[in-house]
Amino acid sequence: MSVTDPHFDVAVIGAGPAGMSAAATAAGHGLRVVLIDSGRQLGGQYFRHPAPGLTAPWLSKLRHGWSHFEQLAARIEASLRIDVLFEHQVWAIEPGFTVRTDRGPIAAANVVLATGSYERVVPFPGWDLPGVVTAGGAQALLKGNLVLPGQRVVVAGTGPLLLPVAAGLSVAGAKVLGLFEANPLRGYAKHPIPLLTNPSKLLEAADYARRFVGNRVPVRSGFIVIEAQGADSLEAVVVARPDGTGRRRIPCDALAIGYGLAPQIDLGLTLGCDHTLLADGTVALRVDTDQRTSIPDFYAVGETAGIAGVQTSIAEGAIAGLVIAGDRTGLKALRRRRDRQRTLADVIRTQHPIPPAWRDHLTPDTVVCRCEEVPAGAITEAVEHLGATDTRTVKLLTRAGMGWCQGRVCGYAIACLAGGGTPTDLLAAAKRPLARPVPLGVLAGQDQRNN
Amino acid sequence: MVIGAGVIGAACALYAARAGFTVTVVDSGPVAGGTSGAGEGNLLVSDKEPGPELELAMRSQELWRLLAAEGLGEGFEYEAKGGLVVAATASDFSALRAFAAAQEAAGVIADEVAADSLAEFEPYLAQGFAGGFWYPQDAQVMPALATARMLQASGAELFLGSAVTGLLTSGDGAVRGVRTTRGEIPARYVVNAAGLWSAAIAAMAGSALPVQPRRGFVLVTEPLPALIRHKVYSAAYVSDVASSDAALQSSAVVEGTPSGPVLIGASRERVGLDRTPSYEALQRLAAQAVEMFPFLERIDVQRYYCGFRPYLPDHLPAIGPDARIAGLFHACGHEGAGIGLAPATGELIAALLVGEKPQVDAEPFRPARFEEVEAA
Amino acid sequence: MSVEFSFDDRSMTAHPGQSVGAALLANGVRSWRTTRFGGRPRGLFCGIGVCFDCLVTVNGEPNVRACLAAVADGDVVSTQVGDGHVASATERGADLTSDGRGDERD
Repeated sequence: MSVTDPHFDVAVIGAGPAGMSAAATAAGHGLRVVLIDSGRQLGGQYFRHPAPGLTAPWLSKLRHGWSHFEQLAARIEASLRIDVLFEHQVWAIEPGFTVRTDRGPIAAANVVLATGSYERVVPFPGWDLPGVVTAGGAQALLKGNLVLPGQRVVVAGTGPLLLPVAAGLSVAGAKVLGLFEANPLRGYAKHPIPLLTNPSKLLEAADYARRFVGNRVPVRSGFIVIEAQGADSLEAVVVARPDGTGRRRIPCDALAIGYGLAPQIDLGLTLGCDHTLLADGTVALRVDTDQRTSIPDFYAVGETAGIAGVQTSIAEGAIAGLVIAGDRTGLKALRRRRDRQRTLADVIRTQHPIPPAWRDHLTPDTVVCRCEEVPAGAITEAVEHLGATDTRTVKLLTRAGMGWCQGRVCGYAIACLAGGGTPTDLLAAAKRPLARPVPLGVLAGQDQRNN
Repeated sequence: MVIGAGVIGAACALYAARAGFTVTVVDSGPVAGGTSGAGEGNLLVSDKEPGPELELAMRSQELWRLLAAEGLGEGFEYEAKGGLVVAATASDFSALRAFAAAQEAAGVIADEVAADSLAEFEPYLAQGFAGGFWYPQDAQVMPALATARMLQASGAELFLGSAVTGLLTSGDGAVRGVRTTRGEIPARYVVNAAGLWSAAIAAMAGSALPVQPRRGFVLVTEPLPALIRHKVYSAAYVSDVASSDAALQSSAVVEGTPSGPVLIGASRERVGLDRTPSYEALQRLAAQAVEMFPFLERIDVQRYYCGFRPYLPDHLPAIGPDARIAGLFHACGHEGAGIGLAPATGELIAALLVGEKPQVDAEPFRPARFEEVEAA
Repeated sequence: MSVEFSFDDRSMTAHPGQSVGAALLANGVRSWRTTRFGGRPRGLFCGIGVCFDCLVTVNGEPNVRACLAAVADGDVVSTQVGDGHVASATERGADLTSDGRGDERD
């Protein structure tokens, strides 16, 4: 592997299912590929797995579609044309392209953005207590480390991720006290066609449901967590219907909460890619049928083009790989598969909105921005008394969203509290000039001088 | 009626209200949506040569102190922290010494700091500087909050998200209000404090104000303890500010903030309103900051922002009555010094509205000066 | 095979390849940072390197994301207070604290 190689045909950012598929396909057609990831292994979040030697009897039960991973990993490891760079944090991409990492720049003629997503959570009193984790965080802890976030766990929020998270925690030995899905799920019945044309999805869901019954996890829909209680760590959560009725206190030591996934597209937005607002209020990069963004030779695959499941990610990675290689064989079938999956994903998205009632349960001292410890009351003051009518101004006046995470965690909430969640506000919440913090020494170019 | 909810508009609103006027403020965007929301909040006298701008800055420092003393300052992080200008070489130091001597004659306090005493001011400053000057009058505010608090204190009625599309005049040619995207707003006097957009407003009046954007980037680090105590910048900054070159200039201005992050400015280039990141500008700022404070090398930058200063070719703002339309005033073109110059600008406009003799001579800021140059 | 590390002077063990955060949780530690303004305890939140809530000091280096960093044999892990720079500099014997001004904002 040579980091100093001056030029690659393709730089793939992110070694999850979409990125692995893009890299394997492009390299399979003779292109020189660099596959860059901030982690230490292939697989991304979906195929996250423990380090060699770390195992548990129930591990295989957490894995779905594992053979896909093994095949992709084998193709990447066998390829002489792929340089895999782990523990490289990409902080910006310049036109042309120069991929700026914390370990120096990498030049490539094409870029495939496969940076996946991160979880959306909306604030509620006590959500900053240790013991409250995101649903995806609970899953990463379990899949990558075989560690549970707690022994008595509540799973809550909305979206298709909650089921596998609850199932996994249960399988691994946690007592899952309940799965609270915010939305009533009757809506799927109105859209029977996409489900029928996607039998694998149906089977997967049924498989989870079976495991649930077996482990006796109570599932309730139409409930949200309105408060987390505890002194220095989580002791209980209060769940209720969005209007506050049906209140119930559940003692527990962990809460896994998630309100769906948001595409991680800051690198593309800073470069100037066109974007699109999806039904659930997330912002994705706009792509054509070949996964091209509005910037020539810059592709977005998998979740960066909108959350749509692992099958979509693998198909889209392959599409981008083929298109860059100039080989149209097999493209039609891949596109059909991708389109089918995306149709289903669009239906699922409409069924899992964040219930707007989360705002009603905030108190003035509820922390909204966890990094800068900005309470809801400060945001209200900025909006009502200081003329902050949009996300940018609220951030300027309160420092909300200005901390370490650069608004990834509170951005959606600020967009709603500041401007009522207009498209402009939601876009402002998705933008950040640096995709990762970067040491001044690296920014100063000392990484290049030292090499 | 003030056009522009930036720091200049807010100051005009505040001092006009205090002079007895009923004030409305209209802006096409939010509060501090332009240059005011993209700066560091420098209140500097140290970078100004003797002349009208320094006079305005000196008066402004006084007014900022008064605003802070009124209790307004707690709401916008007013810090009378002082500035330290450092010279890299002996020749820079002697040039700085001459510059400071001229400033002292104009009332600026500037104390020479020998090389071996620099560490008493800034313990983490790099070794090897030839010396510096200490400017105790330099201060800092959080600019967006300062804007919002001044607007709040003015009691002005705010029309945000309302773009001005034309000026309303009466039969005798005097202004009688503005037309906006949300309807007409009547007014006896109109103050154009539209910053980057003030040239467009002037054009509506048939006047010409050659305001152009001068782009700058500011790096923002992770939160740190108060390791950098003052505003610290290199002597080269002064010549960058005064330069009229369109090409990229940068010299590090480094300072801590009450909320923790260190801010690193300042680059200057005239490239229109282009927001495309310039990695060259970011790289230069980072390198210059690390040269000045070596410990910054391992400190993370969390974000940077890009802003545009409203630049006028002679580096002086336009403050005063329009040459053609009675009742129309301009208060714009403060380039990168608008935060510092805001209160004195507001006070000057208020005095001109009332017809009183202003605290600072208004003559050098006459907006008509550009048309006279053209005519000549 | 296991990894030995310490957390605030307590000895702990972990499996090789586990993250610092996972190792701490497995040892019953739920928080390892206090916030800059409110002094509130924080631990793991997003688990994938996005939220920076799990920042911790490892071998004197502040602001390490516990969810990403792998725990290594002999690691000295300590609770991060505030921005992490004052305490960590003391541990490293570095010169960032000579004036003690770091406490002023608290």
